[in-house]
Amino acid sequence: MTRMNLLEAVNSALDTAMEVDNRVICLGEDIGQFGGVFRATSRLQEKYGKQRCFNTPITEQGIVGFSIGLAAQGSVAVAEIQFADYIFPAFDQIVNEAAKFRYRSGDQFDCGGLTIRAPYGGGISGGLYHSQSPEAYFCHTPGLKVVIPSTAYQAKGLLLSAIRDPDPVIFFEPKAIYRAEIGDVPTEDYEIPLGVAEITSEGTDITIVGWGAQMQQINRAVAIAEKDGISCEIIDLRSLLPWDVETVTNSVNKTGRLIVTHEAPRTGGFSGEIAATIQENCFLALESPIMRVTGLDTPFPLIFEKEYLPDYTKVYEAIKKSVSF
Amino acid sequence: MIAATSLTGVPKFTQHKDLVIPTLSILSHDGLLRKGLETPDLSQSMAQKIYRDMVYIRTLDQRMIAAQRQGRLSFYLTCTGEEAAVVGSIAGFSNKDMVMSQYREQAALRFRGFTSKQFMNQLLSNDLDLGKGRQMPIHYGSSRLNYMTISSTLATQIPQAAGYAYGQKLSGNKTCTVCYFGDGAASEGDFHAGLNMAAVTNCPVVFIVRNNGYAISTPTSEQFLGDGIAPRGVGYGISAIRVDGNDALAVYTASVAARKLALENNQPVILETMSYRLGAHSTSDDPSSYRSVSEEKSWHDKDPIVRMKTWLISNGWWCEDQDDQLITAYRKEILEALKAQEKRPPPSIDCLISDVYKTPPVHLLEQFSELKKHIKQYPDHYLKCSMPDKDVSLSTSIGV
Repeated sequence: MTRMNLLEAVNSALDTAMEVDNRVICLGEDIGQFGGVFRATSRLQEKYGKQRCFNTPITEQGIVGFSIGLAAQGSVAVAEIQFADYIFPAFDQIVNEAAKFRYRSGDQFDCGGLTIRAPYGGGISGGLYHSQSPEAYFCHTPGLKVVIPSTAYQAKGLLLSAIRDPDPVIFFEPKAIYRAEIGDVPTEDYEIPLGVAEITSEGTDITIVGWGAQMQQINRAVAIAEKDGISCEIIDLRSLLPWDVETVTNSVNKTGRLIVTHEAPRTGGFSGEIAATIQENCFLALESPIMRVTGLDTPFPLIFEKEYLPDYTKVYEAIKKSVSF
Repeated sequence: MIAATSLTGVPKFTQHKDLVIPTLSILSHDGLLRKGLETPDLSQSMAQKIYRDMVYIRTLDQRMIAAQRQGRLSFYLTCTGEEAAVVGSIAGFSNKDMVMSQYREQAALRFRGFTSKQFMNQLLSNDLDLGKGRQMPIHYGSSRLNYMTISSTLATQIPQAAGYAYGQKLSGNKTCTVCYFGDGAASEGDFHAGLNMAAVTNCPVVFIVRNNGYAISTPTSEQFLGDGIAPRGVGYGISAIRVDGNDALAVYTASVAARKLALENNQPVILETMSYRLGAHSTSDDPSSYRSVSEEKSWHDKDPIVRMKTWLISNGWWCEDQDDQLITAYRKEILEALKAQEKRPPPSIDCLISDVYKTPPVHLLEQFSELKKHIKQYPDHYLKCSMPDKDVSLSTSIGV
């Protein structure tokens, strides 16, 4: 075990993946000698050479298209998109190509070796184009897997699973807590299964579901609510596609209440999908309406970032409202 | 970095006219070797194979257009007019090279050995379709023949081909990727992304752009200014060559040279074939509304198949009797394959949900189970699915 932050854990996962499998190739803007704008790929080029870790031109559709071809050929491509906000030029390659590669060929070809990493989320005064949480767009695309870690331990274990998964994975990294989130991380190789949520705290009165950087806001809100005598069950979803319906269903059947919270705007956000599924599965167990604590339906703002974000005070208020319904 | 020698003290603009790429031409329109040129290095058997595959595709296309008109296929799209551009080019590559094509290159698939029955299986979405009935007619693919399954999305294969070739380079297996697309696709962002990625990462990929005059109804004059597509390659630092696309010998010669360059130097190459889409864009298109009969006729007069045949005959490698026999045999083979394969059932309903992921996730299995119950409730409403009586086919066929 080593104490490391989430960013170092990402770097450790990439290092491990490249060390044990020489088919693993990292590519993206500024990821070579510079090590990426956040330093997630530090020292990888030095260690594994320019052929396996290299800078690309500034072309997200080119990076992803190239990586799909690389994966189809038998390599394991780990592409970095510098900010999730800039993933949209690659949207066609991700949605129409990567996601459908196996299906459309009748399993003659696949690009399962593809992983796309992208830092996402607000809290860094990044304004419209360095703050977005675009996970819901990709969760609407069969053929993709979508994964978001919230801790250093998760980041390494989930990223190693994503890289080795036989399907293309979008791996969003919570950049606001890249350095703030610190934990014990095994130096050796380990994997955390995709599609499995983690109950990070057990409780009986209400279930709160989130992922990524939002877990810190949930933890803070719950600490206050527990002082009020409210017993909260916290679920870190970890994988959004596929998501662990069973774990959330069992929890809500026990607590009778559910809050889902994410930074992305509310309309069409992934909390809607979770709410719809859980009301189908737990209708008779519910004691209050399922609530969503989310960003507003605006572009991600700059000066009013604090007001926009669904921080712990908003989550805490939702908890109170739900238990007193 | 700009070399000091390129500095100038006066404002001077470079015009697109300053870079004119010549067109390689070996056979003249009348099918004879151009004066002063020698026969390219091409064996009799290869020359005959190129010709036979061109004739095969012309025959297939004619027959399938008719079948579509009869309602036996939902859709079709011909290669007519561009047979030399496609067969002549693929003949210059190894069968181990990967082909990533657009959708008008069925002749390359034929060259690799795709059978009449395999064409029919895909066109008819039957149970033997390698793509399991998932894509519209003409979306072929064959892993055995190193022919990547195509998609309708234009130009997406271009950056993918660069990545595939990069992987080939790393594996050291001395193969390259052949990437086909049309002049219209070269307007897509993926064209520029793909060429640039291929150039800076030194990929052994040969981009073959079929400049056939039209993108559905839009003529090249409204698609781009300048001297075609090949000069764009030069702009990206890629070696470029242009060839008369109706001259199979010229296309073959250029392709052999392009492959050599790509593999020996680990570099991308762009090859532009100048030709004409003699047919409609697809069976959903009617070219009479956007181009003249006289224009079409001028290109019929340059028919690549007639030109190749004339050369073969003049070389003593072919005769009219052989030609008649070949066409008759192909017509018979194709018609028989159509009749036989259209009797086959559709793929199993399991193919609706398999291969979305390597292993179907729980939520998808649940949706499928609901669907199967519903189909059982309305069996006459869903006649197409070969729903098995027992509820076990899914577990046996997709391993859950």
